[in-house]
Amino acid sequence: MAEETLLKHADTHEHEGHEPFMPADEFESNSPMKVSYGKMMMWYFLLSDAFTFSAFLITYGALRVSNKWWPDPNHVFNAMPFMGHKQIPLGFVSIMTFILILSSVFVVLAVIEGHRMNKKGVLLWMLGGIAGGAAFLGCQAWEWSHLISEGLRPFFNPFVPDAQGMTHLAKSIVDPETGRRVLEMTGNMVTDAHGHKFQLGEGFGKFGGVGAFGALFFGITGFHGFHVFTGVLLNVWGFFATLSGKFEKVGHYEMIEKLGLYWHFVDLVWVFVFLAFYLL
Amino acid sequence: MAEVISKEHLAHDVHHAPHEEHHHVETFINKYIFTTDHKMIARQFLFTGIFWAIIGGLFSVLFRVQLGWPDATFPVLEKLFGNWFNDGKLDPNAYYMLVTMHGTIMVFFVLTAGLSGTFANFLIPLQIGARDMASGFINMLSYWFFFLSSLVMFASLFVPTGAASGGWTIYPPLSALPQATPGSGTGMTLWLISMALFIGSTLMGGLNYITTVLNLRTRGMDLFKMPLTVWALFFTAIIGLLSFPVLLSGAVLLIFDRSLGTSFFLSDIYIGGKALGYSGGSPILFQHLFWFLGHPEVYIVILPAMGMVSEILATHSRKPIFGYKAMIFSILGITILGFIVWAHHMFMSGLNPFAGSVFTLFTLLIAVPSAVKVFNWLTTLWRGNIHLNSASLFAIGFVSVFISGGVTGIWLGNATIDIQLHDTYFVVAHFHIVMGIAAFFGMFAGVYHWFPKMFGRFMNETMGYIHFFVTFLGSYVIFWPMHYLGMSGVPRRYYSFKEFAAFSQYDDLNKVISAAAIVVFITQLVFVANFIYSIYKGRKMTSDNLNPWNSNTLEWTTPVEPGHGNWPGALPTVYRWPYDYSKNTTGPDFTPQTVPLTEQEIKELESHA
Repeated sequence: MAEETLLKHADTHEHEGHEPFMPADEFESNSPMKVSYGKMMMWYFLLSDAFTFSAFLITYGALRVSNKWWPDPNHVFNAMPFMGHKQIPLGFVSIMTFILILSSVFVVLAVIEGHRMNKKGVLLWMLGGIAGGAAFLGCQAWEWSHLISEGLRPFFNPFVPDAQGMTHLAKSIVDPETGRRVLEMTGNMVTDAHGHKFQLGEGFGKFGGVGAFGALFFGITGFHGFHVFTGVLLNVWGFFATLSGKFEKVGHYEMIEKLGLYWHFVDLVWVFVFLAFYLL
Repeated sequence: MAEVISKEHLAHDVHHAPHEEHHHVETFINKYIFTTDHKMIARQFLFTGIFWAIIGGLFSVLFRVQLGWPDATFPVLEKLFGNWFNDGKLDPNAYYMLVTMHGTIMVFFVLTAGLSGTFANFLIPLQIGARDMASGFINMLSYWFFFLSSLVMFASLFVPTGAASGGWTIYPPLSALPQATPGSGTGMTLWLISMALFIGSTLMGGLNYITTVLNLRTRGMDLFKMPLTVWALFFTAIIGLLSFPVLLSGAVLLIFDRSLGTSFFLSDIYIGGKALGYSGGSPILFQHLFWFLGHPEVYIVILPAMGMVSEILATHSRKPIFGYKAMIFSILGITILGFIVWAHHMFMSGLNPFAGSVFTLFTLLIAVPSAVKVFNWLTTLWRGNIHLNSASLFAIGFVSVFISGGVTGIWLGNATIDIQLHDTYFVVAHFHIVMGIAAFFGMFAGVYHWFPKMFGRFMNETMGYIHFFVTFLGSYVIFWPMHYLGMSGVPRRYYSFKEFAAFSQYDDLNKVISAAAIVVFITQLVFVANFIYSIYKGRKMTSDNLNPWNSNTLEWTTPVEPGHGNWPGALPTVYRWPYDYSKNTTGPDFTPQTVPLTEQEIKELESHA
């Protein structure tokens, strides 16, 4: 009997929009950080996720410093859609980064509108955030497919040094005998994308440049892309939840704030990924 | 308070009457299976943990049979275990599989999920005065991720080529090349899938434990009025939250190496004279990523046990815990230091000797907070009115094995001594005593102590005594001699020592160890029998004695079988710390946390301030 009363009591509050069984229902919560449990959960999750990404980036650092030579990002990431063979070092990735940061700004605006309890504003800026995230993913898909078309694989790297250590994209083929991807070689001469022949740098052979480059690139940007993808899905959910009036009924847009925290985190991680792969 | 609730409730009834029915149908499925009640989830973790402990223990018996009697054949084992025992003799590949799975099961499934999962779920809300975890739904998911993870790992035992067999540390290349050993194929793939699910479960559990402790404490329950169990479980959750993700990164990269042909952890490798296409990776890198989890993991295993032992020792010796704040800060110290000592597992892996000396320093520093705790337990017991029962015996046994196992840690933490002792039975003895036996003792103490709260009945004390004394003595018979084996250089992980004439002098000792292992294993079945029997037939806890141990903490203020929400009326209010034992000159020798301070006590506090 007593239990029944309790459960009913909890439900009273559920209908008013609180989680069941919160002590806040009975008295002021004594959170030392003055935040709700939901936001705190998100913060701790992000802390945990930060450790995952840190481990990846430390792996990147360890493998990079253990190699004597590393491809020059200005030569690897210099393509731009609809621009033919015009080379614009880091041009495309700058646009991608700008789009992602812009989408973070949109989400900030959505959170602000949430504080004002302005449903239309939240919907508008969430839509912007979602569009930005989707555009970023589209850009990433283009960049990946372009690099794959150039021969980059998780296990093979066609970006090799010449005798002076300059980075070149070399032509590669699949060896029909072994089934493994190799450079097109005559002696120690390889052909670059424009058909020019050049001498391969010392210590490199038909198996191409530093293998870890492609592995790390696809692995880490892929893992980040997976986070962006998840974030877009979550934001789409947030959009429709707002549309249905869920948060208006609850009386606050804290869920949009939590989604925002995740989205800014994904953005922040990209800054570090960008730094590691494109700038250093 | 109660009045306010009923008024609201009445008003509410009028408003939402049609809603009521379909909200409150308590079906078998939402009460026992997909439940969001932290107490039921705790029991789910406990049952699953016990199931795994039996499997993990059985595996150790199987490979101890091989180590004790390497020449004998056991046709009966072939009947039971099929081609693990071809012609009644343990297959070498099966031996490695059993060792690997014993480690994996015991460390992750029993002493992480079974221990933290059970007691963090059960004790945190009950001892801080919360109705449930912060998010019951995420808490439920946490158990079901663990359940799925268990299913996958259990299924891997039935793969024809065997489960993972490269050691619980899954070092590449054995774990990275599917063709390396029979178990490196499907078995290893399933291991990685299972662990990915497990990490998800730990993450969700940990998020709940942390936020619940920080946000959902009842009125008056300041952080420094929390029982030490809650403090320990809180720090355990933080360690898990920050170390498991790094294992996830390592596991993801390992999966890439296995399936995409990348070379994160693989360098030039020849198999059967044929070069494989890997180059430039570093197996040492994996070891760093693994041990960044692997070392904090031992604190994930031992801290909950420490917390429960502190609580149980104070209660059953009827004395305030000695050095309450010192206990908390030593847990904090262990938590921080635990993150910066991982490379002491890699002294012999080609670690830079300078790095070795740094890691030696931090490792030896952990002895300081550990010793603080040990002395505090001993001084808590000192001249106490000790009530001996199964719970307190296991708690005292914990202190014994923690000292025995901790002291050898100081040996192994020295990079130079480790040159001689690494990968010998000395290491096996050290970590089994200090984190295996000790954590199990903490868990047993916890089960005996909180069983009445969990199931409303008491466990059988006679069986509990048998369980304690045989396990306590048996554990020392198993692991004490291993120190001697290790010091004379007997390597761990070997299938048989028949090729080494020098080690034949230990043949009889190995028989003794194996025989003791079998006896101890059977004794654990006595515990399981007692556990199951007592759930149905144990002496009942009655509502006129809700606090059988005369304990101060909040969980004993709930009804015999607390419903979902724990307290039928308002939440209790807390006025004092949980360790006011033997303070009164008259009346009962304990003062629960819910008893307001007396005028005398307030005066004392004011004079101190």
